Amino acid sequence: MSWMFLRDLLTGVNKYSTGIGRIWLAVVFIFRLLVYMVAAEHVWKDEQREFECNVKQPGCENVCFDHFFPISQVRLWGLQLVMVSTPSLLVVLHVAYREGREKRHRKKLYVSPGMMDGGLWYTYLISLIVKTGFEIGFLALFYKLYDGFSVPYLMKCDLKPCPNTVDCFISKPTEKTIFILFLVITSCLCIVLNFIELSFLVLKCLIKCCLQKYSKRLKSSACECHNLRHVECGEIGAPPLLQNRHSDLAMSSPQRGDTKLLFDAKEG
Amino acid sequence: MDWGTLHTFIGGVNKHSTSIGKVWITVIFIFRVMILVVAAQEVWGDEQEDFVCNTLQPGCKNVCYDHFFPVSHIRLWALQLIFVSTPALLVAMHVAYYRHEAARKFRRGEKRNEFKDLEDIKKQKVRIEGSLWWTYTSSIFFRIIFEASFMYVFYFLYNGYHLPWVLKCGIDPCPNLVDCFISRPTEKTVFTIFMISASVICMLLNVAELCYLLLKVCFRRSKRTQIQRNHPNHALKESKQNEMNELISDSGQNAITGFPS
Repeated sequence: MSWMFLRDLLTGVNKYSTGIGRIWLAVVFIFRLLVYMVAAEHVWKDEQREFECNVKQPGCENVCFDHFFPISQVRLWGLQLVMVSTPSLLVVLHVAYREGREKRHRKKLYVSPGMMDGGLWYTYLISLIVKTGFEIGFLALFYKLYDGFSVPYLMKCDLKPCPNTVDCFISKPTEKTIFILFLVITSCLCIVLNFIELSFLVLKCLIKCCLQKYSKRLKSSACECHNLRHVECGEIGAPPLLQNRHSDLAMSSPQRGDTKLLFDAKEG
Repeated sequence: MDWGTLHTFIGGVNKHSTSIGKVWITVIFIFRVMILVVAAQEVWGDEQEDFVCNTLQPGCKNVCYDHFFPVSHIRLWALQLIFVSTPALLVAMHVAYYRHEAARKFRRGEKRNEFKDLEDIKKQKVRIEGSLWWTYTSSIFFRIIFEASFMYVFYFLYNGYHLPWVLKCGIDPCPNLVDCFISRPTEKTVFTIFMISASVICMLLNVAELCYLLLKVCFRRSKRTQIQRNHPNHALKESKQNEMNELISDSGQNAITGFPS
């Protein structure tokens, strides 16, 4: 099990993402995962061995290191990468669930299991919110644990068994600061991308809702009601979809509020 | 996630590159990434362990090492390679977007005479013309900027490209001006010069590719204006015939046949 496993899992997410989602994946793969693996891990490689306190008292260095670095920055970074990447798997799981349902019922229930409508739209939205939450959470945790995003070259320590306040020197503080700032910048970029994607999805849904209401009003006089059934945004769960007058419609049996329409819809 | 994955990403762009672009990708991966991974990382592996200062004062070595090497050469090269490779992803994204649009039109029944099926859309090589020309040119421009910036940062951080065997350090907590010795300075200098030379070659290739793209466009534009001036009535027919001839004679190499939009 290594980072390759995460990479392989995430590659599958690419298929069901929006354009902005794909940009987000590219940023995560290249500017975070790749930089972490080829550069950042090596910077923190010998952090404890090179951590030096100006004292000969045995145990003082260990205690001070443990006090200043309850969890190593590079490990926290790795955890952040894992937590931030995994909500996207909700989408993959939901698509797999849809495909499983189609197999069980032995008929086509959805236009395409990977198409972002109905419940999958909500799953995608939730995964975006959770991802953003994790990003902000980890940044706040980083800031709280290490009193900011910079690594000082010297720290004063007076914990037992240190006999007095001793100077402790951290290895490669400037290089570590540069990589932590890199982490913060890429994190913020991912947060911005998530917000843009969130707004884009919500706006798209609202526009479709409005258009559908407007077209409903226009067609109310010559309504072919047996061909049309609408699902409003925020009701059972499917954003309204533009429909072709001459398309065939089939209803799937409502299950857990997940009503779908089968028709020759245009892609959004 | 490693350099192999980056190679897979960038390798996909190879199909849509010019010949100079293909040479550039080869130079990047053979003379820079491979050298970084198999040789340079070994040379710099023990850089802090074997950095020795002529003092017993705890902390002096750490502080002096941090002062002289704010970022390790290896990390700077790794970042440089990542930044220099990523503009190619703009081209990959543009091609993916173009294919997505073509597939959408095909499903609507619009481009049935151009493509046989959806697989054909995926396999067909996209020509560098129109908006893709601008994307491609921008990516080359950004590559040049990143290469130059990193080379400057290198020069600025290390006062040149040569590593001395001894450095004088008098920063607190060092008690006085102490001698600090770098491990393997000559070997590191050799590799630094090698990597800088490869950087320069890549930059020259990018500049050559940019000039090639610009010259070709100017040349075709002037040719088209000339034809229109000489034969205004048959201008359209002739230019189309010329395009057909060029398409046949170019034999699958990337050619710019349209005006950049």
